[in-house]
Amino acid sequence: MRTDLAVIGAGPAGLAAALAASARGVGVTLVDAAAEPGGQFYRQPAAGLGAGRPEALHHRWRTWERLRDGLAASAVRVLTEHHVWCVERTPQGFTVHALLGPEQEEPAEVPARAVLLATGGYEQVLPFPGWTLPGVVTAGGAQAMLKGGLVVPGRRAVVAGTGPLLLPVATGLAAAGVEVAALVESTDPGRLARHGPALAGKLPEGAGYAARLLRHRVPVLARHTVVRAHGDDRLTGVTVAALDAGRVRPGTERQLPCDTLAVGHGMLPHTDLADGLGCRLDGLAAAVDAEQRTDVPGVWAAGEATGIGGAALALAEGHIAGCSAAARLRGTTPDPAPAAVKARTRLRRSAAALDSAYAPPAHWPEQVTDDTVVCRCEEVTAGAVRDALDLGAGDERTVKLLTRAGMGWCQGRMCSAAVAGLAGCPPTPSRRPFARPVPLGVLARQHYSQEGPS
Amino acid sequence: MNPLQLAGARPGPAFTVTFDGRPVEALPGQTVAAVLWAAGITSWRATRGEGRPRGVFCGIGVCFDCLVTVNGRPNQRACLVPARPGDEIGTQGGTGHEEVRRAD
Repeated sequence: MRTDLAVIGAGPAGLAAALAASARGVGVTLVDAAAEPGGQFYRQPAAGLGAGRPEALHHRWRTWERLRDGLAASAVRVLTEHHVWCVERTPQGFTVHALLGPEQEEPAEVPARAVLLATGGYEQVLPFPGWTLPGVVTAGGAQAMLKGGLVVPGRRAVVAGTGPLLLPVATGLAAAGVEVAALVESTDPGRLARHGPALAGKLPEGAGYAARLLRHRVPVLARHTVVRAHGDDRLTGVTVAALDAGRVRPGTERQLPCDTLAVGHGMLPHTDLADGLGCRLDGLAAAVDAEQRTDVPGVWAAGEATGIGGAALALAEGHIAGCSAAARLRGTTPDPAPAAVKARTRLRRSAAALDSAYAPPAHWPEQVTDDTVVCRCEEVTAGAVRDALDLGAGDERTVKLLTRAGMGWCQGRMCSAAVAGLAGCPPTPSRRPFARPVPLGVLARQHYSQEGPS
Repeated sequence: MNPLQLAGARPGPAFTVTFDGRPVEALPGQTVAAVLWAAGITSWRATRGEGRPRGVFCGIGVCFDCLVTVNGRPNQRACLVPARPGDEIGTQGGTGHEEVRRAD
């Protein structure tokens, strides 16, 4: 069934966009990979778990209720368990190509006059010795498993890395009964203080987390990093050390026994679909104008895909994008709520401040021993990457051609930043014409359906 | 407090799946990864090269570290696939296709 506007991604940005566009009279189809709308931020416990108090796992629950109830009352068509692998430009507009989940073997297509990309982001984790051991998970992954499956990975956890996500992960695990042995944040709190004015709006939230960390007796080790994860077949502990100007200070190493390490070094935007459509990227994010339009006519983008900024910013951008898309499709003038436009300005400023304050230790590659696996899929070690660099490789792509780093299942999503860091070059966006693995049979049928009856 | 208590969960009736032949209890709606975590299992794959154990890493379907064999089908992402009553879940060795090839 043809739709006016296909919104891809049902997180905060996609939900706000779909509601805004639908309220302005265009037909909206909201397409998402999960079983329920919400995205990662508002990931809901599986229905079968009968959660009577899901708000205990979430922040800003009232906003979610407003989105959820708004969606139920709207004319938006919701397609869940649709894993979008490509958006194709057609003479009539666009075709959204998806695989039906969870098996992802059967195709589905959504023809649309316009598309709005609200594809979100995923977590960046930089490698360190032992990071492939079972028990080491991404901070966001621990949170996703808790929110969606009501499970935790172990009894005693260390939460480590850098970035604002570590706070809800540490407090969330603690509330769910996990002993959080330490929150290890590499950033110096002084760096946050320096951005005081831009972060003033975030203060109450930060104070709330500080109170919760205290209540759960979670020790905070600022300007510290995990230098190694220990264990043979699963995690038994980590070594942490103090940092001095981005380097481990010798003699400060100490071991913390734990069965779980939840680790993250910030977020990266999902831009595969934008890139596949030919949208210009700005750094690693999709570039947009004041109306959240990409430079490809008929394609809008909002939320983390246009730059990491958190759920509140994603809501504002989604609303603005949805208003613009509706207006352009109907030939009227966009009418976003002035509050959303103001919020976007303010929240982009605080996102930029957070982004420059929170950074992994400047000299993190020094801690990556030669035998550390960098590409988790193809099992390429840091030693192999360094050999490639010695041979003259100077960028991610050449390292990939020489070592296979980035050629596996995840298509470099987990190792790209690490390879760039070891090579000493800035991370570059990877080109992935297919945003996820597609069965050959689906592609073959695609061919026949275009060629006529088979 | 555990996660189920925290969320005030009143799950539907539990059912049984097997992991490498031994019975494991599952709750409706949980993914294969969640079922295994709840049973204290954190690895269910041996890598193709070094045969190293792996389990959940990203938890949201991006990293493909949690690949597992379910009912004879290898390369299922445990963090995405819901567990169903009677599922036979097995540790995946390498590409997951070696067993199939040996059987030919």
